[in-house]
Amino acid sequence: MENKKKDDNNSRRNFLKLGLLAGAGTVATGALIATGKNTGESGEKIKVLTTSGEVMEVDKNFLTLAPVGRVESHEGIPGRKFVMVIDLAKCKNARKCVEECQKGHNLPKDQEFMKVYLMQDSEKTAPYWFPKPCYHCDNPQCVSVCPVGATYKRSDGIVLIDNERCIGCKFCMTGCPYSTRVFSWKAEEAYESDQPYSPEKSVPGVEGTVSKCDFCPDLAREGKLPYCASACPMGVIYFGDIDEDVVTNGTETFKFSELIRDRSGYKYLDNLGTRPNVYYLPPVDRQFPFERGLDGLDEEVTKRFENTPYVKNLKNKETL
Amino acid sequence: MSDTASSNILLREFAPQIERTGTLGKLWITFLIGVVLLGFFALYWQVSRGHIVTGMRDNVVWGVYIVNFIFFMGISYAGALISGALHLFHAEWRKPIIRMAEFITIISLLIGPGFIMMCIGRLDRLPNLILFGRIQSPITWDVIAISTDIFGCILFLYLALLRDLAKLRDFDELKVPNWKKKMYKILAIGYTGTPEQQLRLKKSTDIMAGMVIAIAIIVYSVLAWIFSVTLQPGWHSTIFGPYFVIAAVYSGTGVLIVAMYFFRKVYHLEEHITLKHFVNIGVIMLVLAAFFGYFTFSEYLTKWYGSEKNDEQLIAILFKDYYSLFILSNYIGVLVPLIVVGFKKLRTINNITIAAFIVIIALWLNRYLIVVPTLESPYLPIQESRDAWAHYSATWVEWSLTAGGVALFCLLFTLASKMIPIVQVSDLKEEPKEAGDIYLR
Repeated sequence: MENKKKDDNNSRRNFLKLGLLAGAGTVATGALIATGKNTGESGEKIKVLTTSGEVMEVDKNFLTLAPVGRVESHEGIPGRKFVMVIDLAKCKNARKCVEECQKGHNLPKDQEFMKVYLMQDSEKTAPYWFPKPCYHCDNPQCVSVCPVGATYKRSDGIVLIDNERCIGCKFCMTGCPYSTRVFSWKAEEAYESDQPYSPEKSVPGVEGTVSKCDFCPDLAREGKLPYCASACPMGVIYFGDIDEDVVTNGTETFKFSELIRDRSGYKYLDNLGTRPNVYYLPPVDRQFPFERGLDGLDEEVTKRFENTPYVKNLKNKETL
Repeated sequence: MSDTASSNILLREFAPQIERTGTLGKLWITFLIGVVLLGFFALYWQVSRGHIVTGMRDNVVWGVYIVNFIFFMGISYAGALISGALHLFHAEWRKPIIRMAEFITIISLLIGPGFIMMCIGRLDRLPNLILFGRIQSPITWDVIAISTDIFGCILFLYLALLRDLAKLRDFDELKVPNWKKKMYKILAIGYTGTPEQQLRLKKSTDIMAGMVIAIAIIVYSVLAWIFSVTLQPGWHSTIFGPYFVIAAVYSGTGVLIVAMYFFRKVYHLEEHITLKHFVNIGVIMLVLAAFFGYFTFSEYLTKWYGSEKNDEQLIAILFKDYYSLFILSNYIGVLVPLIVVGFKKLRTINNITIAAFIVIIALWLNRYLIVVPTLESPYLPIQESRDAWAHYSATWVEWSLTAGGVALFCLLFTLASKMIPIVQVSDLKEEPKEAGDIYLR
């Protein structure tokens, strides 16, 4: 799809500007594709123009935005600068963000773009749950060290990976101080997907390459929140635009600057000079007791926290 | 005695090495080929099944492949710095061992980069390094530096070989297959030893000796920067460049001494390679041991004394999980050469060789301890239920490839010694064997 002529690109953009939609017959220009996967008709018809110049009506449910191609994915969504705010006071380790992200990105069960850590900054301080996506840094180490430009920073602040260029040297994984990146060690069945590859979707995964949280720019283009933000039952994750100064978790919307000011927002390990675009609100006035996050977890997940000082302490108390 | 006559005597002495291979030699070569094939099988296994067959996982993304890469690039220093520096200082005693040093350089330079390729997830996309190369990435620096180094070192070795190739071409008594004779003739590119040719050769060799030293320092610093430009607590260090350079030459001397020992035994070079050579290279090794110990000490002392949270975590792992390896690599690996070479009574060929062998092992471990524990102690705590993802341990695939690499090194070294005398014939003259240029009397 990236081999398209520039003229094609331009004419397509003009199409979109005019509010017209390219037709189901214009798969080659990539704006819309008829998936035929959606069940049922919405009843809402959309007029589309086919390559042969005919106007035809197609049901809305049969159309989805085609994923952005590899070359276009370098550019970023015009006029945007994405930011995420994570409210630690509300997180109770429900792990819906992790699961929905895995589903959305067609990830195998043992690969997580979003991770939830049990954090305790020092012995006597309070523990808290710490969801960690990619920080989409403004000074990204991963981008600096990549020898082939397979990972890149876009105008809208998003750091993406082109899995069809990545050579799998894993230098970015050692460069990232936040352990954000994951490697596709094995070709997994879960990667398989009938959609064409797009760096904006990170789907389908490619064996022997690196992938990570992508801030879901494909959803942003449709005006939707990332999978993690819309999945969170507590509304922990806010997503928005730093230039428009607005963030939302789907139910509440805040002025970003006011939220950060009133709630003492901060960036994790900002001292490393990476300039992250993910902000945290400290876990004060919590909505849930911390321990609640340990309930009802899969055995595998519970095991992850076994060696943390907090859980070890808990066990010691029990045995006494 | 004329020059030709004296070198003909020497050629007669060295000819059997090139002319035939004994049963033991053949067994040795077969064994090495077997191990190399095992390595190739492991490579096939890894390529067909994916990197899941290695011990590397999302936390420890680099394992023994990178360690081997650093290690082989390190020993390539034996030739570059040792032969280059000794050439420039006109150390006459270097002559019988310089060829070995240069062979070590070339062979390890060819094997080293192979290991980094095994670490790459998509070998099929290797051309991307050239097609889409970004000069901002230290890996690109490495690609440029290593290819320059290989080219420079091959040139340096070739210049040194030229006179011997001409001698072999002109030596009629040599009983070798015709293809070998043809090879000598082509490679000697018409060198006959006219005064003009000699002068040109000397000039070029002098220039290349200086060049290979400079290039080798750059290559090894760039390699160190791959680690130190990242923010990882164990790697983000300003002394990594010089530290790696010193460690590299140090391991290079170790390999050179072991090579000297075996070639002396197998090819009966007792007359040419004497205790003097072991002691002299041993002294260089001793000086480097001191430097290496000093760098290691400064590196860990500052981390431990300052005990910044993440440094403290790394030191804790090093002294808990990796305690015995740490002692072996950074204590024993420094102290043994200091003691063995430092005390005259201990300074025997066998002892120095054992010390050199310990140095080789210690330096490999030193790199392992730089790479793996750092990746096991990232800024964010590792919270993993799968033990293999939290702690690295190499699998049979990685060990087979490592063994294959070592075997390939020995194999190429053996084969090279079957093509060209392992001692620079044209440089040796019949001279009193116990010349006075021994270090540390």
